[in-house]
Amino acid sequence: MSEHTEPAGEYVVAGIDVGGTFTDLILVDARAGTVRIAKTPTTVDNQAAGVIAALDEAGMAVGEIDLIVHGTTTTTNAVLERRLAKTGMITTQGFRDVIELGRRTRPQPYGMTGTFTPLIPRNLRLEVPERMDARGRVLTPLDEEAMRAAVRALLDAGCETLVIHFLHAYANPAHEIRAAEIAGELWPNEHITTGHSLLSEAREFERGVTAAVNASVQPILKRYVERLRSELGGRGYARDFLMMNGNGGMISSALVAREAAKTVMSGPASGVMAAAHTGARAGFRDLISYDMGGTSTDVALIRDAKPAVSNEIEIEYAMPIHVPMVDVHTLGAGGGSIARIDEAGLVRVGPESAGATPGPICYGRGGTEPTITDANLVLGRLSPKKLLSVDSPVTREGVEAVFAERIGRHIGKDGTEAAGAVLQMANLKMAGAVRMVSLARGLDPRDFALFAFGGAGPLHATALARELGIPKVLVPARPGITNALGCVVADLRHDFVRTLNRPLAALDPVTVKQVLDEQKAEGLDQIGKEAVKPNAIRFTHSADMQFVGQTHLINVPLPSAEIDIEALQALFEEAYFARFRVSLPEIRANLVNLNTSVIGEREPIDLSLLIDAAGRAATLDDALNERRPVWFGGAWTDTPVYAREKLPLDAIIEGPAILEQRDATTVLEPGDRAISDADGNLAIEVAA
Amino acid sequence: MSALDAITLSVIEAGLQQVCDEMDLAFSRAAFSPVIAEAYDRSDGIYSAEDGSLIAQGLGGLPVFVGVMQYSTRTLIEMIADGRCGKPEPGDIYIVNDPYLGGTHLMDVRFAMPFWRDGKIWCWLSNTGHWPDIGGSVPGGFSASATAVEQEGLRLPPVKLYKRGELDPEIYAIITSNIRVADQRIGDIRAQAAALHVGAERLAALLDRYGDETVQAAIAELRQRASTQMRARIAAIEDGVYVGEAFVDSDGVVNEPLRIALAIEKKGETLTFDFAGSSPPCAGPMNSVLATTLSSVYLAIRHIFPDVPLSAGAFEPLTVKDPDGTFLHAKYPRPVSGCAAEVSQRIAEAVFSAMVKAVPDRVTAAPAGSSGNFGLGGHDPERGRDFVLYQISGGGYGGNADHDGLTNGCSTIGISKSPPVEIMEQNYPVLYRRYALREGSGGAGKHRGGFGLAYEVELLRGNARASFVMDHGRFGPQGVLGGSDGGVNTVKVWRGGEAHVPEHLSKEQDIELAAGDRVEVGTPGGGGYGDPFTRDANAVARDVALGYYERGEAERLFGVVLTSDGSVDLASTQARRGGTN
Repeated sequence: MSEHTEPAGEYVVAGIDVGGTFTDLILVDARAGTVRIAKTPTTVDNQAAGVIAALDEAGMAVGEIDLIVHGTTTTTNAVLERRLAKTGMITTQGFRDVIELGRRTRPQPYGMTGTFTPLIPRNLRLEVPERMDARGRVLTPLDEEAMRAAVRALLDAGCETLVIHFLHAYANPAHEIRAAEIAGELWPNEHITTGHSLLSEAREFERGVTAAVNASVQPILKRYVERLRSELGGRGYARDFLMMNGNGGMISSALVAREAAKTVMSGPASGVMAAAHTGARAGFRDLISYDMGGTSTDVALIRDAKPAVSNEIEIEYAMPIHVPMVDVHTLGAGGGSIARIDEAGLVRVGPESAGATPGPICYGRGGTEPTITDANLVLGRLSPKKLLSVDSPVTREGVEAVFAERIGRHIGKDGTEAAGAVLQMANLKMAGAVRMVSLARGLDPRDFALFAFGGAGPLHATALARELGIPKVLVPARPGITNALGCVVADLRHDFVRTLNRPLAALDPVTVKQVLDEQKAEGLDQIGKEAVKPNAIRFTHSADMQFVGQTHLINVPLPSAEIDIEALQALFEEAYFARFRVSLPEIRANLVNLNTSVIGEREPIDLSLLIDAAGRAATLDDALNERRPVWFGGAWTDTPVYAREKLPLDAIIEGPAILEQRDATTVLEPGDRAISDADGNLAIEVAA
Repeated sequence: MSALDAITLSVIEAGLQQVCDEMDLAFSRAAFSPVIAEAYDRSDGIYSAEDGSLIAQGLGGLPVFVGVMQYSTRTLIEMIADGRCGKPEPGDIYIVNDPYLGGTHLMDVRFAMPFWRDGKIWCWLSNTGHWPDIGGSVPGGFSASATAVEQEGLRLPPVKLYKRGELDPEIYAIITSNIRVADQRIGDIRAQAAALHVGAERLAALLDRYGDETVQAAIAELRQRASTQMRARIAAIEDGVYVGEAFVDSDGVVNEPLRIALAIEKKGETLTFDFAGSSPPCAGPMNSVLATTLSSVYLAIRHIFPDVPLSAGAFEPLTVKDPDGTFLHAKYPRPVSGCAAEVSQRIAEAVFSAMVKAVPDRVTAAPAGSSGNFGLGGHDPERGRDFVLYQISGGGYGGNADHDGLTNGCSTIGISKSPPVEIMEQNYPVLYRRYALREGSGGAGKHRGGFGLAYEVELLRGNARASFVMDHGRFGPQGVLGGSDGGVNTVKVWRGGEAHVPEHLSKEQDIELAAGDRVEVGTPGGGGYGDPFTRDANAVARDVALGYYERGEAERLFGVVLTSDGSVDLASTQARRGGTN
C-alpha cells in the first residue's frame, strides 16, 4: 500500500528486546514483505552477545539491516541489583542526606522492619555552601572554591560519575549550571548529572534519586552501547541504532546515555507501545494491556490508542524515578507464584514465587512448590510437550500428585480439583488487582478490551476478562515477542516538563505560550540531531494542575499553546470531575507544570507480515493438532487444540478450545468465540 | 455441604477484602483534603449487623484504625436499640466523632451506613476520615494544653447526616459553622459518603453472585478460622507472663511522665493484656479512650503477625482487661487529642517491649514511635495572609533479629509520607537550614537502631507561634536483649539568639517567634537489638566511615577499635570486647 513512499529509506528494520530470560528479535523487511523472528537466551554479563546471537539466528546479514531498534534491561537490572558505577554527589549545605532519608516510609503497612540502601553511600555525598529560595532568588552564592575541593575529594575517592543536586534548582538552575562548569574543568569524563536537567520539578528527594539513578547507570549504559555498536560495526552495520526509552519513544544510541534514567522501564514500555499499535489496527483503541510473565505481571491503560504516561514511577521501595514514562503498574504475581494452604485452611496464591530458578515444578529444574503454571499443566491447559526450556521433563500426573499432597489433602479435594481451585483464586486475585489499577486512574475496566501477551497472558485472559466484566480480549499474533515488536513500531519522542507553580489568577497566557514554544523548539532541535528522520512531527501540550489546598496533580491536555486562563480553569474542572466525580467550582486552581511532548512519527509497519499467509490452513479442521481433555468449570471436557499459526483467515473458533504456538498458549473457555484476523490477532468475544 | 468448602471460603474472603479495598480507594481518590487523599488518614470496613464486630477492613487504611470502628458501630447499634438515636431508613448515613462512644480523637470523623437486604439491615458499612480541622482552640485540633474535650473541638453524637439519601442542610450547617476552612469540607463529606455507596454496590454484587446465605455462613466460618490462625500463632509461644512498659513524656499540662505498665499473660492459645499499674487519668490531652487503647493493642499485634487476616476473629484470642482508673480509659470530659497520634504508639511500644521477650525473632526493639507534629501558625506579610504549617516527621526503627533498624521510618500508626522541604518553602515563609540524618541517634546493638532526623527551620518574615506534640523526649525508644536505647527527641527554639527548651521537652504550645528565629528538632533513633559488643566489627567500621557514629562511639558503645585508616584493629577490639568477639 505504501510501496511508493520513501520517507527515510528504512526497509529492513530489526526490533530487539533484551528481557530477563530471553532476547527477542523481530526483523521486518518491508521490501520483500517478510518478517523473521528469533528468540535466544539473554546473556546476562554481556547482553550484546545475546543480541548478536539473535541477529545470527534470524539469518540476515547485519550489514543489510537499515535500522536496529533496541529495548534493554541494562539500566533496570543495574539499579535493582545495585551493580552501579561509583558515583559521588554534591548538594546544598545541610542536605546531603536527602536521598537516604526519603519521605519517612516503610516497605509495607504492617511489620516494623525493612532495609534500604541509598544509591550513593553517605561518605560520597558532600556539601557546599549555596542556597536558592523557592522562587529561585539567590540567598547564598555558590562557594566555588568549596565546589572545587568537593569535586577533587570525590575524584580522589575514585568516583566515576557525579551528581550535582541543589535545593530549588528547578526554580533557578544557575548554581547547578555553574557548579557543573567547575566540575567539568576537573572531571575526566562527561558523566556529570545536574538535578534540574532531567526533572525540572520541585521535591528534592524524588529529583535527587532520579539524578542519582541517572548518574550511576550512565557509564554502564554507555559502555554497553559502545560495545554493541562495535560488535554491530564489525558485522557491517555502520549506521546509528536507536534505543527504546521508558516513555515509549526511541532515541539515538549516541544520545541515550546522557539521560540514562529514561531507559528504565524500556522493555515494559515497548510492550505497551506494541499493544497500542496492534490494537488500533484491529479497531480496539481502548485497551488494558496485560503482560503476564513468570515472576510478575505488567498492566497499563491505553486510551484512544495512546498509552498513559506518568512522571511518578517507583521501581522499588523508596526508589522513585520521576521522568515521563509509560504508566506501567507491576503486580507481583506471575506463572511462578506459589500456591499453598494457610493456617486457616484457605487457598492462597503468592506473594512467594518460584521465580525462574527453581521455577515451577513442570520445568524440571528442582522446583517442588506448586505454582500457577503447574496448575495450568494439571488442568490440561498447558501441554507438557509445549513448555520451553525444560531441564528434565516431569509428567502431568507427577505434578497432579503434588497438588493432591500440598493442597488437596488439606481441603478434601483431589489433585485436579486442587489445581482448579488454585487457578480460580489466581484469576480472582489478578482480576482484583487489575480492577484496582484501573479504578485508581478513574477508569472502569469494563470500558476497555484486554490485550493479553507475555508467556502466560493468553492463558488467563478470557477468565480474567469474564471476572472483570470485560467483553473483548485481543491476543496478538506473536504474544511472546510483543516487546520486540514495540521497538519496531515506536516513534521518536522527547518530553519536557517545566514547573511554574502559580495560581491561575496570577498567570499570564503569554508566559504559558512562551514556555510551551520553548519546549517545542527544544524538542525539534533534539529530533534534528537524530540520525533517523521521521515522516512527520507531532506535538502535544499539557498542564499539571491542582486545587489550591490540595497536593495531588491532574494532567490536563491542552488543545494548543495559545490558551487563555478561563479556558485553563474550565479544562481543569472538567478533568477533575472526570477523574474524581466531584465538582468544586468555588475553589481556585494552581498551575504546577507545563509539559510538551515532541513525537517524530515513523513509517508504520504492516503487521500482517507477522504471520506467514502461506502457512494458513484451508479449513479450521486442518489446523487441528489434537484433542485432549481440559478441565473447565469443574469437569473434564474433550477440547480441540489448534496450531495458532495455521488458523485460516477469518476463522471462527468456538470455545472450549486451546490455541498453541511456539511461545504462548491461548485458552478459550466454553462459550467464548474467537476470530482470527488479517494481522494474525485473535479477537475473542468473552461469554458473559 | 459444598457451599462452605475451602474454595468458596477463599473466594468470598477475597471478595469481601476487595469491597473494602475499593471503599478505601474511592474515599482517598475523591477526598479533597490531602490528609485523606495522600496521607491516607482514613479507613473503611464492613461490620456485623448484630454487634458491629469487624467482618473485613481495607488493607490501605491507616494502621491506627485497625479494628477501631467496631466499637463505634456497636455503640451506634445499641443507641438505636434503646432509642437514643433515630431508627435507620434506607439512604441514611450517620456521622459521629464522640471519642467516648467508641472513637479516637475528635478529628477522626466516622460515617456509618446500614446495608439493606430485603428490607432488613444485613450489615453496616463504616469509614473514618481525619478531618484537617474540627474547631476547638487550635487549628488542626492538637492542643497540647487542653484540659477538657470542649477545648478540642466540635463533638458530634451519632446523628443522621444523610436522611433518605439527602444531605441534611441543618446538620451540615452546624458542622460548617464550627470548623475552620469549612468551604473545603464538603469535598471530604461527599467523598466519605461516596465510598460507602461504592461499598454497598460492590457488596450487593458479591451477595448476588454467591448467595446471601452462603456469604453469611462464610463470614461466620472466616471469623472462626481467623481466630484459629491467631490461636495457632499464640500457641507456639511459651506459657508465662511477659512484662513491658513505656512512658509518655508528660500530658502537656503537668510535667510528669505517664507510665504504661503492661503484663501480658500467655496461656494456651490466648493472650491477656493487663495495664494495671499504669498512671491515672491525666489533666492534659494525653488520655486515651478505651477504643483507641484496644485498637493500639491490635495494631501492635498485627505488626508482629501481619499475615493474620483482619477480622474480629483475629482479635478473639486477645483479651484486654478494662484499664479503668488509668489514663488508658479516659472518660468525659478528659481531653484526648493526643491519643491517636502519640499515646497509641506508646501502647504499641509497651506491647513490643513485652512481646519481644516472648517472640524475639518477630519483634523489633522500640521504634521512634512519634508522629513528630510541629505546627507553625502566623501571618506572612509578603503574601498578606495567615498560614498554618504542619510538619510530621519520621524517626529510627528498632533493630531486629535479622537487620539494623530502618532510618527515618514512618510512625508506628501511620503510612503517610512527610512533606518535601521544597514544597514547605514554596508554601510558607520559612527556610530549612538543614534536613539531615541524625548521627549517633541509633541505639547501639548487635543490630543497631535506625537513625532519626535532624532539621532546623528559620522563620523568614512576620511573626508566628510554634507548637510541638512529640514524644520520647525524656526516655529514648527502648533497646532490647542488651541493646541500648535510641536517642531522645530534642526540641530547641532560638529566639533573639537565645535557646529555649520546652519545659515538657517534647510538647509546648504557642511559642512566639519573630523573623530570624529558628526551631531545631532531633527525632528519636530506634532502639538497639542485642549486645552491641557482638555486632560485626566491620559493620561498625562501615558505620564510622559513613559518619553514622564517631570513632569514640565505636569504641565506647560497640567495643570496636579502629586503626588510623578506619579499618578494624582486631587485637585491640578483641581486648576491648573482653574476648566476646
